[in-house]
Amino acid sequence: MIKFFLMVNKQGQTRLSKYYEHVDINKRTILETEVIKSCLSRSSEQCSFVEYKDFKLIYRQYAALFIVVGVNDTENEMAIYEFIHNFVEVLDEYFSRVMTIDNV
Amino acid sequence: MPAPIRLRELIRTIRTARTQAEEREMIQKECAAIRSSFREEDNTYRCRNVAKLLYMHMLGYPAHFGQLECLKLIASQKFTDKRIGYLGAMLLLDERQDVHLLMTNCIKNDLNHSTQYVQGLALCTLGCMGSSEMCRDLAGEVEKLLKTSNSYLRKKAALCAVHVIRKVPELMEMFLPATKNLLNEKNHGVLHTSVVLLTEMCERSPDMLAHFRKNEKLVPQLVRILKNLIMSGYSPEHDVSGISDPFLQVRILRLLRILGRNDDDSSEAMNDILAQVATNTETSKNVGNAILYETVLTIMDIKSESGLRVLAINILGRFLLNNDKNIRYVALTSLLKTVQTDHNAVQRHRSTIVDCLKDLDVSIKRRAMELSFALVNGNNIRGMMKELLYFLDSCEPEFKADCASGIFLAAEKYAPSKRWHIDTIMRVLTTAGSYVRDDAVPNLIQLITNSVEMHAYTVQRLYKAILGDYSQQPLVQVAAWCIGEYGDLLISGQCEEEEPIQVTEDEVLDILESVLISNMSVSVTRGYALTAIMKLSTRFTCTVNRIKKVVSIYGSSIDVELQQRAVEYNALFKKYDHMRSALLERMPVMEKVTTNGPTEIVQTNGETEPAPLETKPPPSGPQPTSQANDLLDLLGGNDITPVIPTVPTSKPASAGGELLDLLGDINLTGAPTSAPAPASAPQISQPPFLLDGLSSQPLFNDITTGIPSITAYSKNGLKIEFTFERSNTNPSVTVITIQASNSTELDMTDFVFQAAVPKTFQLQLLSPSSSVVPAFNTGTITQVIKVLNPQKQQLRMRIKLTYNHKGSAMQDLAEVNNFPPQSWQ
Repeated sequence: MIKFFLMVNKQGQTRLSKYYEHVDINKRTILETEVIKSCLSRSSEQCSFVEYKDFKLIYRQYAALFIVVGVNDTENEMAIYEFIHNFVEVLDEYFSRVMTIDNV
Repeated sequence: MPAPIRLRELIRTIRTARTQAEEREMIQKECAAIRSSFREEDNTYRCRNVAKLLYMHMLGYPAHFGQLECLKLIASQKFTDKRIGYLGAMLLLDERQDVHLLMTNCIKNDLNHSTQYVQGLALCTLGCMGSSEMCRDLAGEVEKLLKTSNSYLRKKAALCAVHVIRKVPELMEMFLPATKNLLNEKNHGVLHTSVVLLTEMCERSPDMLAHFRKNEKLVPQLVRILKNLIMSGYSPEHDVSGISDPFLQVRILRLLRILGRNDDDSSEAMNDILAQVATNTETSKNVGNAILYETVLTIMDIKSESGLRVLAINILGRFLLNNDKNIRYVALTSLLKTVQTDHNAVQRHRSTIVDCLKDLDVSIKRRAMELSFALVNGNNIRGMMKELLYFLDSCEPEFKADCASGIFLAAEKYAPSKRWHIDTIMRVLTTAGSYVRDDAVPNLIQLITNSVEMHAYTVQRLYKAILGDYSQQPLVQVAAWCIGEYGDLLISGQCEEEEPIQVTEDEVLDILESVLISNMSVSVTRGYALTAIMKLSTRFTCTVNRIKKVVSIYGSSIDVELQQRAVEYNALFKKYDHMRSALLERMPVMEKVTTNGPTEIVQTNGETEPAPLETKPPPSGPQPTSQANDLLDLLGGNDITPVIPTVPTSKPASAGGELLDLLGDINLTGAPTSAPAPASAPQISQPPFLLDGLSSQPLFNDITTGIPSITAYSKNGLKIEFTFERSNTNPSVTVITIQASNSTELDMTDFVFQAAVPKTFQLQLLSPSSSVVPAFNTGTITQVIKVLNPQKQQLRMRIKLTYNHKGSAMQDLAEVNNFPPQSWQ
């Protein structure tokens, strides 16, 4: 089951977050910073699945944006990996020319 | 008032903020504007304001004042309002807020709305944050929508039903009839969500699971759908990199897994399709691999035929060879799960797994290490060990401890020869010496003692190892012990296995002394070294004076442990020189006892103390027999368990043995070196006497740490006092010496003292000094009790006293609760 879905930029600013299980609002920021820290510290040679507390994090990097999905044990990691890409393609299709802009 | 800014402007403004403080300021300004706008009950811009509020909430700022506004938006007739209102409800409201119940009526109305999009919104919101009351009220509506022909609504209703079932499991039966037709749909959205619904039902309720297996034609239906997906041609709507709707395929496979688990019929029905999926799926892209992964998991979980299982493991093997890290990680994880059941098949991929040890990724290395240990067996031990040792050399510190322990375990189980075993352990000690666990040292020493023919070889290698570097404590401890024991073999150059080295007695003493002096040595290591030097005094001939000098220097050492040892060794030189050679003889071969709590202590103490006895004395003398069982009853049964003696040596067989755990070998330790009574010297082989002579002495060579003594019992003229000592080498052992005195005018004869402790403790009672407590406090009976308290719980004890006094038999029970905290903490 997907626990949360985050889009965070390289500086750690949250661009989008959706939680599917209730998490206190102050805990959310801590969670997000920790998650982005563990994803940023990985090099490109390491795999995209990280174990974090009792979740598994599956992340994918698109230019300066990280999309991170937190799941529990029952999910197929590779299917979620594919799902992230599907999501980005849908956005691209729907909004056309999706890109990350940090300073408008 | 000017129109409030749009969401886009807000986002742009916030992004221009340079610092956190600036951002907070902007947001607060905007919040204030929004609040005043809410107060004005402005209908036109409400939705815009709530949208901004939601954005700010997402960034982490409080937004609770918008909750009622969301409700107002939901109640409005405009679709755009409803949309934002429902989104706000999903984000801001949950069961914890009381406000959410107000939504129920709105949702109910919207579920019956004429526009499907509004119905969809309502379903979505209910499925996201509906509380159990809401679910109960609205379940009927959801079920109705589940049966509708509108696929847009059907799929949303299915997901909503999943949430309802999670919240209120009793309503599951309600949705059962609706599920009959769900899988007949063509629309993939409906199919997908229906499979999710069915999965949820099967997982939650075993009855449902059984129902679906038997009555419904569920498995054949699923098989058919899956087949269509694979076989059908290109379908632009569902295509992902050449595969048709992989997400649905994965879901179906997962449901098949649940259905087929432990069920032969279902498993049989799926065998074909699983084989088909496994062989036909394209593996060049991640998508295909995801499907294969799910297939493998399913095959391993159901009762599949062996051919299929082999196929699955081969797929995993292929994954391992793939360049993509993700796939390798996933493969290693699955192999770890299956290695127990399909050991042989996994063995075939051993070389690939071992290669993964060299990978750069930390998660992959860890998995590979665990898997390697699981795969070690008698045939491949040599090759695997080479790889594992190489891994130990180069891996990160966080792995070293686990790896070392794993290597020791594997070596112990499968060592092809003693020499190989010792070599391996030595290699581990030299490469990862500081990460080795503490209990490895005594195990290793015991191993060395037992391989008698290897003594010369071992001591030579250890000597060479510490010549260069004596910083790794476990290595130095083992080496010091061996040099102390087998120093004579070292200097006589008798090694058969290797080229013997020429070592003089002085050189050996040099190295031991440098270990003693070195800053890197911890106190335990120094203890080992000093004892080794002492032992060498009987094995070396020319350097006894030097040894005497060293020992006497440490008689004034600041380290109390060293000081005590040195003082005692000095005493040995001065007054008891005739006993020295007998005392410091070679250690006998130790029997391997089961490694549970008490015996661990046995091993450690046996090695750190210098006193080998030729025979292992049976523990304390006569045990009280029938009374012991009474004592068991006294403690109410649930507190105490009859403790199974762990020492295999001979001991008095008695009922008392059940009650008292027999830590027999502890008696070995230190006793003779602190025995001042010359009478004990010639009687070393008769332990009971030895113990008698000692029962009034502290049995550990450790200093009492000033624990206050207590009066445990005082009644009818009989007083029993407890004095305490704690062991430095083993902090969970407390030694209690009891002294019984009698202030009446008549002696108390046939005095027997018994004690019992709660289950988490273990107790050993040594024999008393006598059985008569003389009158008028003219003498005392002393007896020693040893308590093992591994969990450091509060010490409690029940004692039972029986004696004859004034011609009549007396018996009394008491509980001792006033143990000072220092005695057990």
